[in-house]
Amino acid sequence: MSSHGSPWDSFDVAIIGGGMVGSAIGFGCAERGARVAMLDEGDVALRAARGNFGLVWSQSKGDGMPAYAAWTRQSVALWPALAERASTLAGRDVQYRAVGGLTFCLDDAEFAARQLFVQRMHNQGQEGLQMLDRHQLRELMSGCPLGPEVRGASYQPADGHVDPLTLLRGLQAGMRAAGGVHLPGASVESITPIAGGYRITRADGSEVSARRIVIAAGVMTSPLAKMVGLDVPVRPVRGQNIVTERLAPLLPLPASAIRQTGDGTVQIGVTSEDDGSFETATTTAALSRMAARALRVLPVLAQARMVRSWAALRPMTPDGFPAYAESRTHPGCFVATCHSGVTLAAVHAGRLAEAVLTGTLPEHARDLHPDRFVGMTHVSSH
Amino acid sequence: MSVADEWTAAKDGAAPVAEKVDLLVLGAGPAGMAAATEARAHGMSVLVLDENAAPGGQVHRAVEARLPAKDDQDKDGAKLAAAFRASGAQYRPGATLWAVEPEGKVFWSEAGAARSVRAERLILCAGATERPLPIPGWTLPGVMSVGAAQIALKTSGLVPEGAVWLAGQGPLLWLYAVQALAKGGRIAGIVDLSPPGGLRRAQPHLLRALKAPEYLWRGLVWQRQVKRAVQVIPARDLRAEGEGRLARILVDGVAHPADLLLLHDGVVPNTQVTRAIAGLTHGWDPVQRCWRPGLDLWGNTAVPGVMVAGDSGGIGGARAAALSGRIAALEAGRALGRITTDERDGRAGPLRLLRDRQLAPRLFLDAMFPPLPEAAIPDETVLCRCEEVTAGRVRQAVALGCLGANQTKAFTRAGMGPCQGRICGPAVHGVIAAARGVQGGEVDPFRTRFPTKPLTLGELAALAG
Amino acid sequence: MFRRTEPTDCTIEWEGRALPARAGESLAVALLAAGITSFRETPVTGTARGPLCLMGACFDCLVEVEGAQNIQACLTQVTPGMRAGIQHGARGFVDDAA
Repeated sequence: MSSHGSPWDSFDVAIIGGGMVGSAIGFGCAERGARVAMLDEGDVALRAARGNFGLVWSQSKGDGMPAYAAWTRQSVALWPALAERASTLAGRDVQYRAVGGLTFCLDDAEFAARQLFVQRMHNQGQEGLQMLDRHQLRELMSGCPLGPEVRGASYQPADGHVDPLTLLRGLQAGMRAAGGVHLPGASVESITPIAGGYRITRADGSEVSARRIVIAAGVMTSPLAKMVGLDVPVRPVRGQNIVTERLAPLLPLPASAIRQTGDGTVQIGVTSEDDGSFETATTTAALSRMAARALRVLPVLAQARMVRSWAALRPMTPDGFPAYAESRTHPGCFVATCHSGVTLAAVHAGRLAEAVLTGTLPEHARDLHPDRFVGMTHVSSH
Repeated sequence: MSVADEWTAAKDGAAPVAEKVDLLVLGAGPAGMAAATEARAHGMSVLVLDENAAPGGQVHRAVEARLPAKDDQDKDGAKLAAAFRASGAQYRPGATLWAVEPEGKVFWSEAGAARSVRAERLILCAGATERPLPIPGWTLPGVMSVGAAQIALKTSGLVPEGAVWLAGQGPLLWLYAVQALAKGGRIAGIVDLSPPGGLRRAQPHLLRALKAPEYLWRGLVWQRQVKRAVQVIPARDLRAEGEGRLARILVDGVAHPADLLLLHDGVVPNTQVTRAIAGLTHGWDPVQRCWRPGLDLWGNTAVPGVMVAGDSGGIGGARAAALSGRIAALEAGRALGRITTDERDGRAGPLRLLRDRQLAPRLFLDAMFPPLPEAAIPDETVLCRCEEVTAGRVRQAVALGCLGANQTKAFTRAGMGPCQGRICGPAVHGVIAAARGVQGGEVDPFRTRFPTKPLTLGELAALAG
Repeated sequence: MFRRTEPTDCTIEWEGRALPARAGESLAVALLAAGITSFRETPVTGTARGPLCLMGACFDCLVEVEGAQNIQACLTQVTPGMRAGIQHGARGFVDDAA
């Protein structure tokens, strides 16, 4: 589908990026009555949304960045409503289950370290997060064949999980249902200010003009942000995933790095390989380590067949926290990047979409401005 | 050989032994057997991994159990297998390769344990797989592929009997009918779905095809033999019906009782492994309507050290496959310094002439039997059998903006099951192309990733250092 | 459906029923020769399935063999007395770590 010369070539908002972040914002804008175009690359784009683990997760978010923690909690609170809408729009249950979430500890040292982390998060305002010892864990998940090495876990009752691919489908279907246009198949080459807005030129020669632009291009954010005068350093961090065949119910609660999906498959993740490479091949070395740890949690999985593995690139900022900004030199041009597109989908489709239309970033998002990266070297990811 | 002893030991439960070989050959079909035999003749150490229990691949399956060979195909196969057995190549039956990593590191599973080896060079001879022929009801028990029935015939002497129907098109369908009838089998009928006008389309390629007239002659003889014994119904529309198992087929709306329906729509290169290798490019073959790895005249791919021979590089049949196996092995010998470039060229010259002759009828056959159009697949037809995804749902995904198989997979789960898209891949790809109204080459196929065969987490975890 | 042209030499047990078979042939072929077409019920909708390809690719011939689940019948060689049965839905687990 080409927009060239069609009556659709001028939009209220053009979203650059059809991943989880772009689709949520695009859906939110369209739903608020804006005419939205979502520009996307082709079938094999470096899509973090495809590598997402599907956790709706607050327990590990925002250590040292209270604004991010609060922003996350806000999104988690809005998730039930989003899940219902996305399921309707996708024509299929997005399988959102806020059953609580775990981070397993496989020995005393892991347990002690996690305990310290939980205390720290508690002191920064996270409520409900607690440590469970093995006995409490077994009570919480009776019948779950936990391995003998499982010492305990941190537990956040508000956390949960979702099928991220059905969510993505629902968001995109919702954007279309609200009159939005999806233009996949070409990358963006330039952004030029014109009267009343901007003109976007794409690699296939097509042009799209819009009053406002949101750059939500994941690992490709940096060069695009530069086009509108924003400096947003983002580097790719590879995450490898394993999925098994469908299994009978086994693990009732999702955990960091292992969860049983609503379809019965067990997903094991996710490596965090920070080598700057844009390569998305899987490696046997990494997959075997992931499998070995999963078997320490659930030894019965040794007989389960893995059916798929893949790697995706997640966008990582220097401090690992999201970045939101409106350009000072190019008013109406926004950037939004994070590696928690699923958890934050509810605020992206809500308050952030509203902000794009009104021009005022909400509290918390405002505190996540990329100006903070000036002079910062790459540090750990969160 | 000490290598063999160590592997044998590993089989008995010791830790897998990492070893190095000059050449690793994947597959013991005609291409793999011939490649291994040729490579051994030039002094290379050769390891052959094959999933089956005995050499032969699909075309010569279980050939050693049918000695002395009676027909031409078995004679070819028996000769290849005997030379291969005598070649001194390390042969690992029941071995499933599941990863090829940089620097020739290869992983496979055997008897429930994962192993690995480092190979200077690889010749991948993964053969062909049947192109799926999705029709409404093809998931019912009692519907199988013609290739499956041929395996049952070759390995256990099972012949069709009762309300058995063959449907689709292509040489293998007629060959199976001949083989089954010769063994005393009975076939209720053949539903010929080949698009009309085959001979007219193929005629421009006749002269070239006559360079190897035995192919055409054989095809005519097969059809004549079969048509004498079995009714052939030309048709456009086929459905399978039944409750819990196949009970009848509907041929252009006319019902016939059926307890076994065998489908066939030609074969496509098996690219499951090559597509997973980073940097290994593939191109769309618009005539055979399939993806094939980009190869030079020797079988070199875009990735140094990785070669492809036989049908997995493009459909050419068993004899052409064996010749490309030998040609690839000569090039491997040159690359490894076992023979000079002149020796390679001298030995390969006659083989290449022979191969050209074997490939001569291809265009004729391809024009005779173009793959059935995916646009005609009814919406309610299941494409992805594992995840039970219909053609209609794939078309919905295209309407939602999916340009290729990968985003379609994300939105529909098509290709996410244990077969890893092996069965549905060509059909999902074709339905997307037809729905978008573009050529197949413009639609990205399923991206495959290692492990390219499902293995247990236990096997995988055992490799963790 | 199919008729054997070669003799059998052992029996196997399918869903508790004795069937003639040949040692070394694939379990899938032995079942087909005995007229069995339904090998499993899918984990997606529970509908009955039988083998499609007999060459290890389609995963439609999954059965239970000697208590082990989701075994590809076409890649399993018959041994005399082998016990097998329908694979019902997804692979299940018994909690023996409890």
